[in-house]
Amino acid sequence: MMDGMSSSPAPHPVGMAKIPVSFRLNGAPTTIELAPWTTLLDALRNHMGLTGTKKGCDHGQCGACTVLVDGQRINACLTLAVMKEGADIRTVEGLAEHGHLHPVQDAFIEYDAFQCGYCTPGQICSAVGLIAEGHAHSAEEIREAMSGNICRCGAYPNIVEAVKHVIDAKAARRLEAAK
Amino acid sequence: MNRFDYVRATTVADALRAKASDSRSRFIAGGTNLLDLMKYDVERPTTVVDITHLPLTDIEDGPDGSLRIGALVSNSRLAYDARVQERFPLLSSAILAGASAQLRNAASTGGNLLQRTRCYYFYDTGTPCNKREPGTGCPAIEGVNRIHAILGTSDKCIATHPSDMCVALAALGATVRVEGPSGERSIAFADFHRLPGDTPQVESTLKPDEIIVSVDLPAADYGPHHTYLKLRDRQSYAFALVSVAAALKMDGGTVAEARIALGGVAHKPWRDESAEALLVGRAAGVDAFAAVADHILAPAVGRSENAFKIGLARKAIIRALSQAAAGTPQSQVDKRVQ
Repeated sequence: MMDGMSSSPAPHPVGMAKIPVSFRLNGAPTTIELAPWTTLLDALRNHMGLTGTKKGCDHGQCGACTVLVDGQRINACLTLAVMKEGADIRTVEGLAEHGHLHPVQDAFIEYDAFQCGYCTPGQICSAVGLIAEGHAHSAEEIREAMSGNICRCGAYPNIVEAVKHVIDAKAARRLEAAK
Repeated sequence: MNRFDYVRATTVADALRAKASDSRSRFIAGGTNLLDLMKYDVERPTTVVDITHLPLTDIEDGPDGSLRIGALVSNSRLAYDARVQERFPLLSSAILAGASAQLRNAASTGGNLLQRTRCYYFYDTGTPCNKREPGTGCPAIEGVNRIHAILGTSDKCIATHPSDMCVALAALGATVRVEGPSGERSIAFADFHRLPGDTPQVESTLKPDEIIVSVDLPAADYGPHHTYLKLRDRQSYAFALVSVAAALKMDGGTVAEARIALGGVAHKPWRDESAEALLVGRAAGVDAFAAVADHILAPAVGRSENAFKIGLARKAIIRALSQAAAGTPQSQVDKRVQ
């Protein structure tokens, strides 16, 4: 016997072929062939050159890999890229529009909402998802709704401030428009 | 992660056929638990059948105020559905007490039922585990068992079921609708998850050739008299050490009907109907609630590190029933317990 695996059931001729998958990535139609066991996170980082999305724990415990799929924030490490056929995927690289940073990105700079920056792309994508969900308004609600994003530098107070600033500004604009 | 074949199913029949063609296949929906386990080599499927394109994504009103939840409805969509928030707030609250927003966005209703234990030994392929490799033993019984079960254990396994959502579904008396080669059948929620007994590797009564298609909720009318109280090592994004789902129908200060289920204490959501019966007709208050807690916990067995759960569960049951009686459900944002 070569190794412990030899005692497993007869070898199954699996996973030899790459599978084509098509989705929109940061607005652009994209088709790529990937081995089925490639997570969305590894596809972005290792196959598509988008290293903004970070690999922290790779087990859905830290939130560094948060991206937006069909507008919803998810952990890119816990989904397979080949499952994203037809999806609309947005990463931190795709948040700026026409040369202008996304308001959440601006707010993170204005409120100094990071130190080392490793968790920041996940924090920002998570905040964009949170704001679209529309359930969090108070600082307390923001902290709870952002609890899936860990920051080991402990930049939490400023992250909450930054997110709250964007939510408050959006509410103020809505109020102004209603007048 | 091991290599595997990937099949994208578009109908339930397709999915069942694909699953049946390989005895080591797994369905994938949210993937939040399966892929995690595959990265640890705890799960090593040779075929992964993608069921995310199946038409099981609706929440439908049934007769008489009942609700049919498609197996692929995400945890977050379910928690924030207006009908769920209005008519089944206990379920909404339990879901929002669990995991993170990202995980709830991905995780499915059916997958939540089928998630595996977070027992450290189950996850660590370097140690024996009767659930992962039947017959190898259970190191948790004499080992690190702070998070383990105190009710319904066996000498083969003391793991807990990790779900919050399922604790509410147990209390609300849900039904799990499944489909297999011979058609549909319904499983009462209390019969869906199993106790470990001699076969801890068999966690539910769902057969390998079946798929969950929906979870059905009978009409519920507890008004504000419900709560989901979850106690854990940190206030957010952690599994329960002990949780309690409680719902009461009150007739003035008297309990007319009671539902109570516990999480974090057993291999399945722990609903005790005999304890519920004890409450009916009694004046709501600490005396009655303490009697219920003692009744539920009478068979509890503590191990070297988890005996604290018995006392914690007693207090949690009393507090949860007090919250439910008062109509002051536990907030899942401000979770300080004073």
